[in-house]
Amino acid sequence: MQEDVISLIKENVIQGRITKGDEGMDEGMVGQPGVTELVEQALASGVHIRDIITKGLSGGMNVVGQKFEAGEYFIPDMLASAEAVGATMQILQPRLATSGIKPKGTIVVATVKDDLHDIGKNIVSILLRGAGYIVKDLGNNIDAQVIVDAVREEKPQFLGLSALLTSTMARMADVIKMLEENGLREQVKVIVGGAPVSEEFAKSIGADGYGADGFQAVAVVEALASDTES
Amino acid sequence: MPREGILVDRPYERLTREQVELIHQVSMQILTDPGLISFNREAVDILHGHGAAVESIAGDHQSWQVKIPEQLILNALDNAPKTVKLGARNPDNTLILHGDEPRVYFITGSETNIWLDVDFPTYVNKADPTREIRVPEFKPRRGTVDDLCQSAHVCEHLEMVDGYIRTVNIQDRDIIEDNKDVNKFFASLNNNTKHFMSGLTSLKQLDNVVRMAELIVGGKKALEENPIISFITCLVKSPLQFVDDTTATFIEVCRRGLPVAVSSSPQAGTTAPIKEAGIMAQINAEVLAGITLGQLVKPGTPVLYGSVPVRARMDTLSDSYGSVETSQYNIGCAQMARFYGIPNYSTSGVCDTKIPGQQSSIERLFSDIVVAMSGPQYLHCAFGLLDCNSVFCLLQAVLDDAHFKMIKFFLRQPRIDQPEMEAALKQIRAVVTTPQKLYISYIRPVLRSGEISGIYPFEGSGEKDDVFELAYEQMKDLLARPVEHIDRETTARIFEEIPGLLPRLNVYERGS
Repeated sequence: MQEDVISLIKENVIQGRITKGDEGMDEGMVGQPGVTELVEQALASGVHIRDIITKGLSGGMNVVGQKFEAGEYFIPDMLASAEAVGATMQILQPRLATSGIKPKGTIVVATVKDDLHDIGKNIVSILLRGAGYIVKDLGNNIDAQVIVDAVREEKPQFLGLSALLTSTMARMADVIKMLEENGLREQVKVIVGGAPVSEEFAKSIGADGYGADGFQAVAVVEALASDTES
Repeated sequence: MPREGILVDRPYERLTREQVELIHQVSMQILTDPGLISFNREAVDILHGHGAAVESIAGDHQSWQVKIPEQLILNALDNAPKTVKLGARNPDNTLILHGDEPRVYFITGSETNIWLDVDFPTYVNKADPTREIRVPEFKPRRGTVDDLCQSAHVCEHLEMVDGYIRTVNIQDRDIIEDNKDVNKFFASLNNNTKHFMSGLTSLKQLDNVVRMAELIVGGKKALEENPIISFITCLVKSPLQFVDDTTATFIEVCRRGLPVAVSSSPQAGTTAPIKEAGIMAQINAEVLAGITLGQLVKPGTPVLYGSVPVRARMDTLSDSYGSVETSQYNIGCAQMARFYGIPNYSTSGVCDTKIPGQQSSIERLFSDIVVAMSGPQYLHCAFGLLDCNSVFCLLQAVLDDAHFKMIKFFLRQPRIDQPEMEAALKQIRAVVTTPQKLYISYIRPVLRSGEISGIYPFEGSGEKDDVFELAYEQMKDLLARPVEHIDRETTARIFEEIPGLLPRLNVYERGS
C-alpha cells in the first residue's frame, strides 16, 4: 500500500500534475489525484516523509531529468514536474523539522535594482523548489539594501542575483560589496545569472557561481552545497 | 484518404483581375496572330480539322503556321477537367488537385544529368595541428539508375515530398534510348509509393510503361481509377513552337487518357520578352495551345497548366532560376491557371549555384516561400535541385524537406476564433494573478499537438555549424529504412512482360 502511493507520487511528478484537475503527459489523467493530494494521502496513512521525498519526489525528478536528457521532455515538462515538487514541499515543510529531515538549503533570489526582467529568475526559482530547496523570492527591481537585509534575516545558504541588462548587471557587484561591508559575505554563497552575465563577469565581481540557464543554476547550487558539506 | 498538402487560405496574388484578363486577351491575340509554328504534322491536322488556319512554312524542316481561333481555346478550357486525380501505389499518397483550390503539394524534379556526391574530409589547421575541422566536399558525376533508386527511396521517407518526379537522368553504360524509360519508371515506382510523374525519352516505350503501371495496380481499369503515373511533356519550345517528337508523345499520352502536364519554359530575354507583360502573355498562350491540342485529341484528358518560366542571366544568357523575376512569373502563372480553373504545375526551389550552401539556401528558400504562397497545386523542382536543373544532390533534398516543413507550417490558417479567444482570455486572467506571471504551464497541452513549430532539425552544437553533417546523417538513416517494393509476384510479371529491364533492378533476384 505504502509502496503504491509512493510510486503514484513518483509517477505524478513525472507527469507534472499538482492536483487532480491537472492534465498530465498521458491522456485521461484529469480527475485522478495529483501529487499534492497523494502526499496528503501518504501522510495520513503513515508513510514517512523521508520516503515521500527520496523515493517519490526525487525519484520522479530523476526520471524527468533522464527524459529531458534524452530529448523526450522539454523545458515546460521539466518545469511542470518541478512545480509539482515545489508545491509538495510547501505541504511538507512544516513537518520536516519534527521528522528529523534537514532541508537541502534556503536561497534568496532577486532581480537587481532598476531591472524589471524576472522570467529567468522565476524559472530558476521553480527549478530550485523542484530540487528541494526553500526559495525566498524577493521579486524584481530590488534595492541592494533590501537584499542585504533579507540575507541578514533569512540566513540563507545561497543568494541568487539576476539581471538582464548590461546597465543593471553592475548592481550585482554593489550587492556583493554591501554584503562585505555588513559582514555577511562569508555566510552566503552568491550565484549570478542573466543574459549579459558571463563566467568572467561573475569572477570579476567576486561571485561564487554563475548559471548560464536555470538548469546550470541548480547544478551550481548543488555543487556549492556539496562543497560546503565536505 | 489523399495526402493533405497545404491549403493556402488566401493565396498571394501578384496580378489584379484586370491584369489577368489582359494577359488572357493578349494570349488569344498571340494564338491568332502570329499563332504557333508546329513541327508536328499530326497536331497541325488535328487543329486544322477543328477550324485552325494552317499554312505551310518554307524551309529545311517541315513546319506549319497554325492560327488557333479563340473559341477553340475556350471550348478546350471548358472540356479540361477542373479536378485531376494523381494516384499512387499507396492510396494514402493520392493527390487530388482542384483547379480552383489553392492546395499546394510539394513535388520533386526535374531530370538532372549530374548527381552530386558529398564527402566530409578532415582538414588540419596549419598553425595549430591539434585543431581539425570536417568540411563538406561535393563531387559531381553522371547519374545512374542506382542513384535514381536511392533518390526515390529517400524521397519516399521525406515527409514533405508529396509526389515524385524522377530527379536524375540515368546514364549507365547499359542504358540506351530503347530501355531508358522502362528502367527509370521501374526504378522510381519500385522504391517509392507516391505519385510518379516523368517525361518519356522514346515514344516507343509509352505502352511498356503504361503496361508496367497496369500490372502494378491490377489492370487497365484500375489504372484509370488510380493513375499512379502521369507524364510531363514539353511540347512547346519557346517562342510558340510545337516540337515534333514531344508533341507526338503528348498526343499519344492524351489518347491513353492519362494525366499530363503541358509544360512551357520560356526564358525572359532570349526566348520570351524580357519584360513581365510579354513573358506572361507568351507562356500563357503556349500552355493554352497545348491544353487545346490535348482536349481536341481526347476531350476530358486530365491536364496540368505547366509553367516553368525563367529569366535569363545577363552575364551568360543561361537560365537564372535564382532570379527574383522567375518567382514573379511563376506566381503570375499560378493565378492564370486558377483563372481557368485548371491545376497548376509550378516551379520553385531551383537555384543558380552548383553546390549546397548559403547561396543555394537563400535562392531556393526565397522562391519556395513566395511561390508556395501563391497556391499552385503541383509545385515541382522543389527538392535537391542545383545549378538550374542540371544537378541533383540528395543531401540538398533532405535539407529542402526541413525548409518545406517550415513553409507548410507557416501557410497554416490562423486559429483565431471565439473559442480560442475565450480560452486565451481565461489564461490571461489566471496568469496575471500568479506571483510568477508565466504562461509556461499552458504550453504543455499544445507541446505535442503539432501546434508549435519544431526547431530547425540540423541545428549545430554551440558555435559549430553542423547543418550538412547532420543532414547527411539523416540521409543515411533514411536510406537505411526499408521501402515497400513492388511485390515479388508482380515484379516477376513485370520482368516477364516488359522488355529491357535491367536484371539488377529485380530486388528478389539479387536476394536483397
